[in-house]
Amino acid sequence: MSNIRKRVAAAAVGLGMVGTLAACGSSDGGDEGSGGSRTVTLVSHDSWAVSKSVLAAFEKSSGYKVRVLMDGDAGQAVNKAVLTKDNPQGDVFFGVDNTLLSRALDNGLFQPYRAKGLDQVGTEFRLDPDKNRVTPVDYGDICVNYDKAYFSEHKLTPPASFDDLTKPAYKNLLVTENAGTSSPGLGFLLGTAAKYGDDGWQDYWKKLKDNGVKVVDGWEQAYNEEFSGSSGGKKAGGERPLVVSYASSPPAEVIYADPKPDTAPTGVAEGTCFRQTEFAGLLSNARNAEGGKALIDFLISKEFQEDMPLNMYVYPVTEGAKVPAEFSEYGPAAKDPETMDPAKIADNRDQWVKSWTSLVLK
Amino acid sequence: MTSRPTPGVRSNAARLGLMAVPVAFFALFFAYPVAAIVGRGLHTDGTWQLGRIGDVLAQSDIRHVLWFTTWQALVSTALTLLVGLPGAYVFARLDFPGRQLLRAVASVPFVLPTVVVGTAFLALVGRGGLLDELWGVRLDTTVWAILLAHVFFNYSVFVRTVGGLWAQLDPRQEEAARMLGASPWRAWRQVTLPALGPAVAAGALMVFLFTFTSFGIVQILGGPAFSTLEVEIYRQTSEIFDLSTAAVLTLIQFVAVGAVLAVHAWTVRRRESTLRLVDAAVTARRPRGAVQWTLLAAVVATVVVLLLLPLAVLVQRSLDAPGFRYYRALTEDDGGTFLVPPIDAIGNSLQYAVAASVIALVVGGLAAAALTRRDAGRLVRGFDALLMLPLGVSAVTVGFGFLIALDEPPLDLRSSWILVPLAQALVGVPFVVRIMLPVLRATDHRLREAAAVLGASPWRVWREVDLPMVRRALLIAAGFAFAVSLGEFGATVFIARPDNPTLPVAVARLLGRPGDLNYGQAMALSTILMVVCAVALLVLESLRPGERTEEF
Repeated sequence: MSNIRKRVAAAAVGLGMVGTLAACGSSDGGDEGSGGSRTVTLVSHDSWAVSKSVLAAFEKSSGYKVRVLMDGDAGQAVNKAVLTKDNPQGDVFFGVDNTLLSRALDNGLFQPYRAKGLDQVGTEFRLDPDKNRVTPVDYGDICVNYDKAYFSEHKLTPPASFDDLTKPAYKNLLVTENAGTSSPGLGFLLGTAAKYGDDGWQDYWKKLKDNGVKVVDGWEQAYNEEFSGSSGGKKAGGERPLVVSYASSPPAEVIYADPKPDTAPTGVAEGTCFRQTEFAGLLSNARNAEGGKALIDFLISKEFQEDMPLNMYVYPVTEGAKVPAEFSEYGPAAKDPETMDPAKIADNRDQWVKSWTSLVLK
Repeated sequence: MTSRPTPGVRSNAARLGLMAVPVAFFALFFAYPVAAIVGRGLHTDGTWQLGRIGDVLAQSDIRHVLWFTTWQALVSTALTLLVGLPGAYVFARLDFPGRQLLRAVASVPFVLPTVVVGTAFLALVGRGGLLDELWGVRLDTTVWAILLAHVFFNYSVFVRTVGGLWAQLDPRQEEAARMLGASPWRAWRQVTLPALGPAVAAGALMVFLFTFTSFGIVQILGGPAFSTLEVEIYRQTSEIFDLSTAAVLTLIQFVAVGAVLAVHAWTVRRRESTLRLVDAAVTARRPRGAVQWTLLAAVVATVVVLLLLPLAVLVQRSLDAPGFRYYRALTEDDGGTFLVPPIDAIGNSLQYAVAASVIALVVGGLAAAALTRRDAGRLVRGFDALLMLPLGVSAVTVGFGFLIALDEPPLDLRSSWILVPLAQALVGVPFVVRIMLPVLRATDHRLREAAAVLGASPWRVWREVDLPMVRRALLIAAGFAFAVSLGEFGATVFIARPDNPTLPVAVARLLGRPGDLNYGQAMALSTILMVVCAVALLVLESLRPGERTEEF
């Protein structure tokens, strides 16, 4: 008898506890909702970065406190935002790029908002010009980087184009990322598809595979372990002098080096670039839409745009925003990068990645 | 309670009452989120797209994933068995100085987070790792790194499950066979092995289950060419965003895990068959003869090379900068990776893990109480196996399920801190049940009755009979729940708020960032996490309530 009572009592306590936990959980959520009008929440990927002083200046002038949720890498952050769109985690999402844009737009992730200052943003970056559901914030180029020391030691001209990469002189030199899991990996695949067309890219990749291309899961591993030209890769004993990275990687090698070298240890193969543009948008069902709008205005303001290059290694889209000297010297944006219409990317991306996976990985 | 009138009715009612909490917990925080995410994938345009199951299974790359998942689990299990059987024997039957310590050390890997294990093996067999420096040998992105790490992880699971029973087998039976003229090998094969059989099967099945659903290890050590079901679910959901394929894979894994668990439950029942068991303390002897000494040396070498070396390399890498630079960097707010100093993750993790342990103890304790009676019906037994399911269902699925299912009133928990402990408690509950159940079953109800007859109040009976017996088991269960909560990664990574990372999440994020300093900090945080888990476990070891057959 005592036993039964004890157990029933314990059950009651247990039930009560779960109930209390649930209650305190929901009241937590409620607080944030109602107190949200002075707080604006930005959801982004892990690469988000801004100087504290610049953000503080925005907070002071606008009166909003900015809360930032960094939510995995670019692809994961977009997917998670799409999954939670009915009840979003924040007000603004930053970090969807042209390769994933259709996924965000087709799923109704964003509501239209024409940002103040959009006129100052180059029209070539505006990929949703009619509805303005997204606002371009930055761009970058995914390009093959080369290790200058390796090529001068071996008296070899660095490759300059996609075609060069399949030549026997460059056999077993290139490391790239998994197009299914990595944003530069996908960009490089799209670059080859833009260059060789819907039917030609598979042949190109067959040649690349025969020429000994190595595929790893992510940029970090490719650039900081396998690549022989980066400071991380040198330390890790990287053996590949060619890597798929960004046009802005060489300046990073200069800025982070101690002591600073006279010139960048790496260079960019000009003819292998694919243009990537990143966007921000006001989330559908944002709790603080007014604050979100102010935040988007801020993202294309000159202050943020000039602060951005050294924090996220991307180029500004707002006209007149200055780039740091290291950028113009060692890592200018590509002159004639490959590009692709987002609608075309949307139609083909998943199928291409699938064929690429079975062609290159299996 | 069996002496009361109509005991069956009463105990059934009581059992139903006890089960209400665990059932509600699993319905709300496991079944509902998992169903929601699977539904999102397969229920589109108002109809169930069950044809997708056939489509997905027809893809050659998916079939390759299925094949590889099964193959690597089988090989990992076989290797663990090969290395683990001598270990089980040595720990069960040989008495040598430092036995308790070695046993405790051998148990540490199992409570380590997969992130830490992956990092440690990278430091050992990866590029620039110890083997690379010494002999230019690299095993990362090969299947060997995965298999080695799996053996590392599951060694103690197997040694404990089998060794626990082995220590209690009466050695006189084998001795009798020897007296009758059997060779040592024949005596072992014909007397001991059949008695151990069910325990070996149960241990092997647990190892198979853990390796079949392996995620962190394969993700960190495998590279793009290797993918288990769990990793593929993660890729399909999080990277490729093909929710219907992910849902089909989740269902396949669910069925496979269910089948393994059913077989496991059957072996557990077989194990409860009558064996002649004796006190474990009296079966161990000092090693005698070349064979026993060789076995002992081999097991010590295994523990040192396979288990201690990777951890030692991890610690060494974390100190590989002058003046504890990596550790000091953890306390600095870099404003970049986390918005908070990484060291804050320790506080977050401990708080979450304590909350998760409390939830797991309440839910698991009640479930164990409901399952205590040996005459428990089939339904209750089924529930027993059901409680194990969270160990086998994709943590990624659970994490995403939490995000999309628990976001509406009255259960809008998504921005609440409690979400993380709830997910962690899911993996803690099976451990609590496994640890509490044997103890509760062993408590002789006649003791309680005797106390009551002698005039003790119900409260006093509970305090003086039940509590002393259950207390240590409760502490051990709490410790295990704490350790697994601390290390949970697959689900937490999706639901931990970015400004409140847990230790494993912080480690993974640091590993994903460029530069020496981040790598060093990842090693340093991993080391801290390892120390916290190891201390928790060593404290528990000192509390072990005698030797008994353990499931883990």
